[in-house]
Amino acid sequence: MSAAQTKQTKDKRARLEVAPKPGEAGGTACKCQGKLPDDRYGILDDIIAKHKDVPGSLIPVLHEAQQLFGCLPEDVQARIAKGLGVPESEVYGVATFYSLFSLRPKGKWTVNVCLGTACYVRGAAACLEAVKKELGVDIGGTSRDGLFTLQAVRCLGACALAPVVMIGDTVFARVKPEDIPRILAEYAASHSSESAAS
Amino acid sequence: MRERVPFPGGGEEVKAMNTALPQKQAEAHSTGAPEQAPAPAPASTPVVAPSPAPAKVVRLTIDGQEVEAREGETVLDAARRVGRDIPTLCYHPAVGRIGSCRVCVVEIEGARNLPASCVTPVAQGMVVHTNTPAVREARRTVVELLLAAHPHDCLKCERNGRCELQNLAMRLGIRTARFNREREHREPDASSPALVRQPDKCVLCGRCVKVCNEIQATGVLGFAYRGTRSCVTPMFEHGLGESKCVSCGQCAKVCPVGAISEKEEWERVLDAIADPNLHVVIQVAPAVRAAIGEEFGIPAGTAVTGKLATALHRLGFDAVFDTQFTADLTIMEEGHELLERMKSKGRLPLITSCSPGWVRFCETFFPDFLENLSSCKSPQQMMGAVIKTYYAKKAGIAPDKIFSVSAMPCTAKKYECARPEMNASGVRDVDVALTTRELARLIKAAGIDLASLPDGEFDPPLGISTGAGTIFGVTGGVMEAALRTVSEVVAKRSAGKAAGGGKLEFVEVRGLEGIREAVVDLGGQQVRVAVASGLGNAARLLQRIRDGKASYHFVEIMACPGGCIEGGGQPRSGDPEIAAKRASAVYAEDRRMKARRSHENLAVRRLYEEFLGEPGSEVAHRLLHTTYHSVEEAAQVASARKEAM
Repeated sequence: MSAAQTKQTKDKRARLEVAPKPGEAGGTACKCQGKLPDDRYGILDDIIAKHKDVPGSLIPVLHEAQQLFGCLPEDVQARIAKGLGVPESEVYGVATFYSLFSLRPKGKWTVNVCLGTACYVRGAAACLEAVKKELGVDIGGTSRDGLFTLQAVRCLGACALAPVVMIGDTVFARVKPEDIPRILAEYAASHSSESAAS
Repeated sequence: MRERVPFPGGGEEVKAMNTALPQKQAEAHSTGAPEQAPAPAPASTPVVAPSPAPAKVVRLTIDGQEVEAREGETVLDAARRVGRDIPTLCYHPAVGRIGSCRVCVVEIEGARNLPASCVTPVAQGMVVHTNTPAVREARRTVVELLLAAHPHDCLKCERNGRCELQNLAMRLGIRTARFNREREHREPDASSPALVRQPDKCVLCGRCVKVCNEIQATGVLGFAYRGTRSCVTPMFEHGLGESKCVSCGQCAKVCPVGAISEKEEWERVLDAIADPNLHVVIQVAPAVRAAIGEEFGIPAGTAVTGKLATALHRLGFDAVFDTQFTADLTIMEEGHELLERMKSKGRLPLITSCSPGWVRFCETFFPDFLENLSSCKSPQQMMGAVIKTYYAKKAGIAPDKIFSVSAMPCTAKKYECARPEMNASGVRDVDVALTTRELARLIKAAGIDLASLPDGEFDPPLGISTGAGTIFGVTGGVMEAALRTVSEVVAKRSAGKAAGGGKLEFVEVRGLEGIREAVVDLGGQQVRVAVASGLGNAARLLQRIRDGKASYHFVEIMACPGGCIEGGGQPRSGDPEIAAKRASAVYAEDRRMKARRSHENLAVRRLYEEFLGEPGSEVAHRLLHTTYHSVEEAAQVASARKEAM
């Protein structure tokens, strides 16, 4: 028992060196950014330990891991597989099967363009094109500045406001393609002023 | 321990089936989870197979015919037994039930849809129709959809003419293409030294996934993504060569189409034979002769040793040698190692190292057992080293002018002969390792009809072997061969008995069950042995040793379930009895041999007299033994080697 604990501590230390630092290129946008990012692998081990030997625990563990890391990178999935005693291929299968899991870091804000029927007939496709052009990404991609991830959704339940674009938790109603650059620029500006202030 | 993932294709039915399976079958299917294993017997008593519960008889009607079936049996099994051959795709007797493809659907009165017969258990009074318009339409649509997602390059495919999807399309009479391709394209993966994956050809049947995860416990291949992006892949879509794949090739053996197969190298062999500057030799593994006949229409279970020797001579090989010679040599070295370790209280159990898939598995998943592995190279690599040293010297040919080919039942042998340390002669010891399937292609390409050939002989001295070498081809064979020799050596030592007095057939280590144990009396000492085949079984056995629940002196492990006769390079077969048939061919060969103990091989004796000295000598160690590294260590060694260059 004690030997196992020592090993775990050692593993934690080993991981500290490779964990990306906040703001570093390739670093993941994590919810505890700026607080204790280096301890995330230790927290992950605690999550795994909590669920170990509970049948059907893979999805909850992946969920918590994604909240912790912002996405499910390879080393995180491998650690979960080893920790839960599940084949790596199975972890990867679940992580890619459900759209709520993401393998790549997501931007600070997710831009959801609604392509449901109502939005579509009122010009959502043109809005989507405008966002793609403005951010220089395809659906699922993240802008180079790491601020925006583009997603297309089928219906946001706001058909009366069609076409709808949702950025973070904010819904933009009756969006026209020519509005897109201004809306995105406002978000980008708020980010720059935030980082200048801190 | 293992959680079931809701992949498309109804895992629930499979789960229900597994619980309904008779004890023996259910065991064969669940290999991964150690806690599901039956409680281990005390180490000193052999494991007794649980007697199957008396099966209840169920009466049902299939296509108007009254049928009796065992409770728990599937509709498919019952129907096939009475001559109703329901078409299948994902079902394979060696893999078990999957229930993903829906090709085997039938109509069952009272059921609200068309159930898949391969995962539906029979029930009393059930009325089944296997060939109604609705059934035919459903099957045809399923196969049409598969064809729509499949590249239409059959003429250039390795499986052309022997593809299960082609056969289905033919049988269901598909003549038109109603659907368009919408599937995402994925590049072929040739990163492994042994296997090639072509994901575009994959029909997502799940056989390889089940084999890789449940039977072999390697967990490399899995389903990923969904819908038109669905694919079978190693984690993060890495190449097989960058994954934890051990190259066992069990996936390639059960793939119904050309999506996974061995890396083909047989044309390189033809080129070498045509090169007048090369002396081309071939060695043939024992399991090859027990199965290659199947590729030429010879009934399964027929060993074609003599015909194969003739075919290889006619192909133009300069010398035709027998891997059984070095199997005998392995016994001399490994038997010596076992006695040494037992005498000097070395690390036990000694575990065999003939199976490169198993060695790689140990290096990857059980590095704490590396010290238990015998330091002996596999017979293929011993032969490679002996050919380019001893034979080269005797024949007066420079090692780099010898092109050394092996014919193996195995895909991992391709990986093994490419390992950087396998160059005892100064150059690569084995240049090309062919699978049994490739050797058949080579023979066919030369227009040789194996079935009609007269019997020939392997060439001396490296073509001479004993029955002990022969049985290496089947699970338990290395163990039995070692016991044949060790028991005599021990008997001779302790009582000064004349040779030939020891026991010959150790039937207690024979059989096709995944794990077998026995206690063998060697000169008064009770030696505990165990035999495991299939890596899932190996993992279970090692876990029991790790946990202190079992202890042995000597353990044989083979990567493939059933041993080399069921190797990843063997002819593909849908016959549920295929392993038993091939095993009987191996044992028949053994009985046919004049000498049946490795130390009675006069050519091996001569090799020691002229070249090696004695078992375990310095020369023997340099040529016939090797070292192992855990995967992490191996990565360090490789990078250090790169820096040094």
